[in-house]
Amino acid sequence: MAEAPALAVPISRRSNRRVAFIALSMALLMLGLGYASVPLYRMFCQVTGYGGTTQRADEAKAAGVQVTDKTMSIRFDANVERGMPWQFKPLQRTDTVTIGERDMALFWAKNDSDKVITGTASFNVEPEQAARYFNKIQCFCFTEQTLQPGEAVKMPVIYYVDPAILNDPDNKDVEQITLSYTFHVTSISDAKTLDHGGTGG
Amino acid sequence: MATTVPEHFQGNVDHHAHTDHDHKPAFFARWFMSTNHKDIGTMYLIFAIFAGIIGGAFSGMMRVELAEPGIQYLDIFARWFGATNPDFNSTLHVWNVLITAHGLIMVFFMVMPAMIGGFGNWFVPLMIGAPDMAFPRMNNISFWLTVAGFISLLCSAFVPGGTGLGAGTGWTVYAPLSTSGSPGPAVDFGIFALHLAGAGSIMGAINFITTIFNMRAPGMTMHKMPLFVWSVLVTAFLLLLSLPVLAAAITMLLTDRNFGTTFFDPSGGGDPVLYQHLFWFFGHPEVYIMILPGFGIISQIVSTFSKKPVFGYLGMAYAMVAIGVVGFIVWAHHMYATGMSVNTKMYFTAATMVIAVPTGIKIFSWIATMWGGSVEFKSPMVWAIGFIFLFTVGGVTGVVLANGGVDDVLHDTYYVVAHFHYVLSLGAVTALFAGFYYWFPKMSGRMHSEFLAHVHFWIFFIGVNMIFFPMHFLGLQGMPRRYPDYAEAYQHWNHVATIGYMVMATSLVVWLINMIYAYTAGRKAEDSYWGEGATTLEWTLSSPPPYHQFETLPVIEEAAHH
Repeated sequence: MAEAPALAVPISRRSNRRVAFIALSMALLMLGLGYASVPLYRMFCQVTGYGGTTQRADEAKAAGVQVTDKTMSIRFDANVERGMPWQFKPLQRTDTVTIGERDMALFWAKNDSDKVITGTASFNVEPEQAARYFNKIQCFCFTEQTLQPGEAVKMPVIYYVDPAILNDPDNKDVEQITLSYTFHVTSISDAKTLDHGGTGG
Repeated sequence: MATTVPEHFQGNVDHHAHTDHDHKPAFFARWFMSTNHKDIGTMYLIFAIFAGIIGGAFSGMMRVELAEPGIQYLDIFARWFGATNPDFNSTLHVWNVLITAHGLIMVFFMVMPAMIGGFGNWFVPLMIGAPDMAFPRMNNISFWLTVAGFISLLCSAFVPGGTGLGAGTGWTVYAPLSTSGSPGPAVDFGIFALHLAGAGSIMGAINFITTIFNMRAPGMTMHKMPLFVWSVLVTAFLLLLSLPVLAAAITMLLTDRNFGTTFFDPSGGGDPVLYQHLFWFFGHPEVYIMILPGFGIISQIVSTFSKKPVFGYLGMAYAMVAIGVVGFIVWAHHMYATGMSVNTKMYFTAATMVIAVPTGIKIFSWIATMWGGSVEFKSPMVWAIGFIFLFTVGGVTGVVLANGGVDDVLHDTYYVVAHFHYVLSLGAVTALFAGFYYWFPKMSGRMHSEFLAHVHFWIFFIGVNMIFFPMHFLGLQGMPRRYPDYAEAYQHWNHVATIGYMVMATSLVVWLINMIYAYTAGRKAEDSYWGEGATTLEWTLSSPPPYHQFETLPVIEEAAHH
């Protein structure tokens, strides 16, 4: 036997370490992918409208949209997070819009507490497959909203429904799209510590 | 299996190798600092039996509560866990704690330790002709991490979990129930238990992969490896690729709970559905992790008792690889009810049904192995045939549930409970008992009673079918899962299921008697006590095998059987 046994063992042990190292790297890669899924999932939702994520359009894009002769009913829904001392409601329950034409909906919110409360609205549309055609040009949900104690504001949403919805077989039965908002508390502070006014809606 | 050992071959540098006796360390060093794959395998099996008794007792507590409509026993159970004068809500919380603990214990601390830690540790090195695992000390850490995880899970039952004592989140630990819905340390203990058990399993997976790739005896090519070794190899890769995703998800849960992050909280821009995606990206491979080693065990047994090599060996091996690969791209069929587009549902329905193809290949090949074979109905074979039948029933209901449209109706009903208990409680556990009776004399050196093993099988088979077959009816009639109470219309079949539980529990007493018999009056087991059909390498060794085996490596000849 040419090779000494003393040599054979370190080689196999080194090889064991290499396989184990590759395996461990695969595990760490999957751990990283687990975390990377958070931004990836958000991007995926924004691009595809998955889970009812609405689209965001700028003025230029909105100006180029063809107005059609078809209409769509839009229903508005407003909620606050459990325990948040705000009233929040849409000023119109439904609206019938021409597909492709921009429309404005108004929401009303009032801070019932004696604290300055900043809130952020999360949003969603139903049915979910309509989300990729629901474009917001301007929305109170794009920024945080701060309300002084007892302050009430009207807040606008400017949106349009993309005419491409008319060519999507998944949306051929959709006659009404519900746009839903939920306000969440971002921060609460005492009124006296703030010397400048809230920005309102 | 024919083995030849060249006289000049020296595969072992251990200078004790020339001595005959085994050099077992003293008790504490042997069992608490163990680096021997057989001892660690034994510890895993004992641990799994212990955890299985606890998890099984929890299911008994659930069955007794479900025997009649209304709440009868939960109040008593709440007091057992240390609650004084529990109110109605914390009484009902005990139910959630029971389903959570039952699921987590059976998945992470019974089936996985028994299949992979127990039989995998014992027989993978023996079957490939290796002296031990590649990293014996890491093997020891894996085991004790699993034990530590189990202790952490048990601790969670005695600390506040929101509505009452213990973690009541279900084994899926969905947010927001597990975040804002469950204040108190119980869920943190549960998450920590998963971290520990998961770390142990990942280390075990690395160990198995290295062992199988690097430590096969000369001539034992990948395509000659016994199918049980193939099954453990595929399982190890599934563990390696899926468990880190679970670790990431539950770590995010932990920081959402304790450190103010909002991964799964919409108020901070998170999404609770993301947790479900991450969980099931792990969770679906996990169900194959639990069943694939069972497939391997059944292949060995069917081949042994048909006295034939497995029909379509390569097809069997690559069917498992295919199941493992496709298992990673079907996860959202657990989430049909979360709101998905028709196209997404169609994809996941089709992908899920594709898994029926390699699974069908396996069922077909087992039957084709028996076909024309000289079949002997020894106890492991009877258990194996029982497995093939029960797993097929569970597989068929799985194909039903794979349909997104059908699942809209059956989601979260007892039909789902029936389905996954047919593939796990009846499938995986039956495979475990088949493997146990197949290898118990090899591991212990004592023969069990074949008569009692058959009695155990028949009582168990009748019992588990009584428990779970009626659940198909209950589910189709709309009985929702996860509730301790139900409408009176569901009483009949629930009553039958509870009686079935008692029948099943009786069979475990027969098993216990069989074990006592084996250790007190059992014959000494021969090397290859199942006769000529058993051709893998473990049968060339004594029963039990020497403390250190294959000090000179066996050489596998060209013509060797699989």
